[in-house]
Amino acid sequence: MIIADRKPLDEIVGMVSDAKKILVLGCRGCVTVCSAGGEREVEILASLIRLGMLKQGKKIETIEGTLVRQCDKEYIDGIDEWEGQYDAIVSMACGVGVNFIANLRPSTNVYPAVNTSFFGGSADQGVWMEQCAGCGNCVLHLTGGLCPVARCAKSLMNGPCGGSVNGRCEIHPDVECIWQSIHDRLGRIGNAEAMNTIAPIRDWSTAGHGGPRKSLRDDLTI
Amino acid sequence: MTFTPDIQAFCCHYTSQQTIAEGKEGLKEDGLPANVTFNRVVCTGKLQVSTLLKAFEEGADGIYVVGCPADKCHNVKGSQRAAKRVDAIKKALAELAVEPERIEMFHLERGFHPEFVEAAQLMNKRITDLGPCPFKGEAK
Ligand code: SF4
Ligand code: SF4
Repeated sequence: MIIADRKPLDEIVGMVSDAKKILVLGCRGCVTVCSAGGEREVEILASLIRLGMLKQGKKIETIEGTLVRQCDKEYIDGIDEWEGQYDAIVSMACGVGVNFIANLRPSTNVYPAVNTSFFGGSADQGVWMEQCAGCGNCVLHLTGGLCPVARCAKSLMNGPCGGSVNGRCEIHPDVECIWQSIHDRLGRIGNAEAMNTIAPIRDWSTAGHGGPRKSLRDDLTI
Repeated sequence: MTFTPDIQAFCCHYTSQQTIAEGKEGLKEDGLPANVTFNRVVCTGKLQVSTLLKAFEEGADGIYVVGCPADKCHNVKGSQRAAKRVDAIKKALAELAVEPERIEMFHLERGFHPEFVEAAQLMNKRITDLGPCPFKGEAK
C-alpha cells in the first residue's frame, strides 16, 4: 500500500489560514491502513486545525468527510455531498487522491495534509517499511523476491557495493544491506550462481523518467 | 489579575477510586484544588486523542491523564496506550507552538494514596505558572 505521514501542523494551518470553512477529507484506502488519513485521523486533524486557528485568534469551520477511495472516479463523486459548504479542501489521502480531487474541482483550493512517502507494508504495529518503488519493470524473479530498487540505498542492480559490512548498509547500521540478503536468500533457494550473472545497464524509461505513466487495459475499457 | 486555570483530569476507574470514596468534600480536605474537574473513564486506554483535544477546544488550560502503573494496568496495556496518545498530543502542541507540558500522563497505584492529590496540585501549579492556554485567545 501507499504509506503517508501527516505533515507538520504549522504547515497545514498555514495553508488554510485564509479559509473560513474547510472540508477535511479522508480516504478509507491505504491511508486508513497506515493510520495517516482515515476517519479517525480526519477527526483529530479537524480538531487540531481549529485549535491552530484559535491560537492565531481566528475561527474556522470544519466539515469532516471520508470517501471509500479518493483515487477512483467511481468514488470521488461522493464529495458532492458537501457541495457549497466549504471554501477549501484539505485532503488526507495520498498525493494520488489530492490530484484526483484537484482534477474534479478545478476552481477550489485543495491542500495536502500528508506527505506521501513510499510503497510499503506493515512490519510491526506502528512500523511501515518501504518494499517497492514502482519501477515498472520488476526484477524480483532475479533477486530472490527482494527489491534492490527500493531497498538498496543506491538502487544497484549488481550489488552489494563495497560499503556493505556484516550485512548492514553503509548509510546506517540500522539499514539491512539488501544485496547481502539477496545473496543469502539465493543461496538458500539453491540459486547462488545467479549472483554471477551481471545485470546489464538498466533502462529506466519505465520508472517515470519518460513523463507520467499510464496503464491501459483495453479489455476493461468500454 | 489572578488566574485560575481550568484543569481537566481524565482518570481510570481504578486510580480514581479515591474520588468516589471520599467525595468532593473529603478531597478538598486532602488539598485537591477546586478547579480540577475529574472525568472518569473505564480505562485510560479507551481515551481517544480526539476526546483530549476536545477538552482543549472546550477551554481547558491544562489536561492530565491518570492511569495504572505502566506494567500493572488492570487492562494490561491500557495506560501504556494512553501515555502514547498523551505523547502524540504533546508533539502536536509543540507543532502549534503551544507548551507541550499543558498535558501530562501520570501512572499511579490504585486506591488511596496522597500521590493522587499531588498530581492535581502539581498540574495546578504548573498551569497557573504558564498562564491561560493560547487556544483561548479571542477569535476574530
Ligand atoms: S487515494 Fe491514495 S490512499 Fe486512498 S486508496 Fe487511493 S491510493 Fe490509497
Ligand atoms: S523491481 Fe521495481 S517493481 Fe519490482 S519490487 Fe522493485 S521497484 Fe517494485
